[in-house]
Amino acid sequence: MTAIAVTVNGTLHEADVPARLLLADFLRDSLGLTGTKIGCGTGVCGACTVHVDGEPVLACTHLAVQAAGRHVRTIEELAPEGELHPLQQAFQATHALQCGYCTPGVLMALAPLVESGQTLDEAEIREALAGNLCRCTGYEPIVEAVLDAARR
Amino acid sequence: MGGASSVSDDVKPPRFEYAAPTSLDEALAGLAEYGDEASVLAGGQSLLPMMSLRLATPARLIDIMRIASLRDVSRGEEYVEIGAGVRQAEAGRGAGVRLLAQALRHVGHVATRNAGTVCGSIAHADPSGEIPAVALALDAEIILTSVRGTREVRAGDFFISPFATARAPDELVSALRLPVRNSTTAFLEATPRLTNKGEFATAGVAVSLERQDDGRIEGAAIALLGVGQTPIRAHEAEMLLAAATPTKKLFAEVADHAAANIDPEGDIHSGPEHRRRLIRALTRRALEEATQ
Repeated sequence: MTAIAVTVNGTLHEADVPARLLLADFLRDSLGLTGTKIGCGTGVCGACTVHVDGEPVLACTHLAVQAAGRHVRTIEELAPEGELHPLQQAFQATHALQCGYCTPGVLMALAPLVESGQTLDEAEIREALAGNLCRCTGYEPIVEAVLDAARR
Repeated sequence: MGGASSVSDDVKPPRFEYAAPTSLDEALAGLAEYGDEASVLAGGQSLLPMMSLRLATPARLIDIMRIASLRDVSRGEEYVEIGAGVRQAEAGRGAGVRLLAQALRHVGHVATRNAGTVCGSIAHADPSGEIPAVALALDAEIILTSVRGTREVRAGDFFISPFATARAPDELVSALRLPVRNSTTAFLEATPRLTNKGEFATAGVAVSLERQDDGRIEGAAIALLGVGQTPIRAHEAEMLLAAATPTKKLFAEVADHAAANIDPEGDIHSGPEHRRRLIRALTRRALEEATQ
């Protein structure tokens, strides 16, 4: 077991973890933050996208021990008081989800674009979205949602 | 402070011992002690999926990302040196090597580039990898460090076969040294779905051209990926370009040569003849793009 201290959504957590514990499993099973989904478990589908020190990464290709001393942000932090993030509001408005399984990862992949405040073009959005598989939407309403959120 | 109520050990990767040294000496001592029973963990974007699939079962992981001295890009007049801890996204933004930046746009996705390292891709030596092809095209040197000392291996001598390199078990790929060139470059690849850059490439081309004052080509490098056991240089095709004036007709001939001199294998995505056609088209287009 390895002792780690990791800040998740602003709260410092200390735990003894097996070195082989994936960050995704630590978030879901140890901290109960089940908003982060596990799809492929091998870095292909993007469902487990979270932020580490402000940048989107995949929680299934990270060990919990690698996150020691770092700041992790998960989907739960997008709407801490239950009020939806502008990107979540836009997803609702443009019907950018159906089954919803990929949605937490998609939102975490795209939130930095919206929060940057920069003017976005479709190519940038599609590049940011390229690592996230969605089998329901065909991606078009997701792109539309980001453009909508950037305007909000 | 939050509590972590229960910690499960019910996870995909096999058990291993973990070390996260903060000095290079400690990391090298670990590699010397454990040799090929240890794997170096940098960004983990290839290693951790392989461990979750139980394709890799290292007894010990040596995490090098807490070693500050490996986290630098140093830029001199002749070389840019990218340390083993430099992530792909950082190198794309900050290394100032045009061909590398062009290729990095095709490496994985945003989230994997935020974690994966340049040197990790070199050490992994996937024959369809973009970064090894860039190293080969630019005649880069791979810096190998161990308790025995440091040596430099040219990219052309480093890649031996799929996922096998000249690195000895006790050595760390501590940096990638790229020569600074006054060249024009292009990087193109084909993936199974044309709109998704992040997939593993079926075939790809890295081109670097140096021009004389009169516009003629002084030096040319063409590296191909996905069509051999390692990235390969199209040496005969390059020779056709020496001292030549660039024209579309010449580029088409060069591309024919590049395609004729490879012996690709087929897989689920593409057969040998399709890969040859991809190389022909990509080489021609990359040469045109590099001279625009």
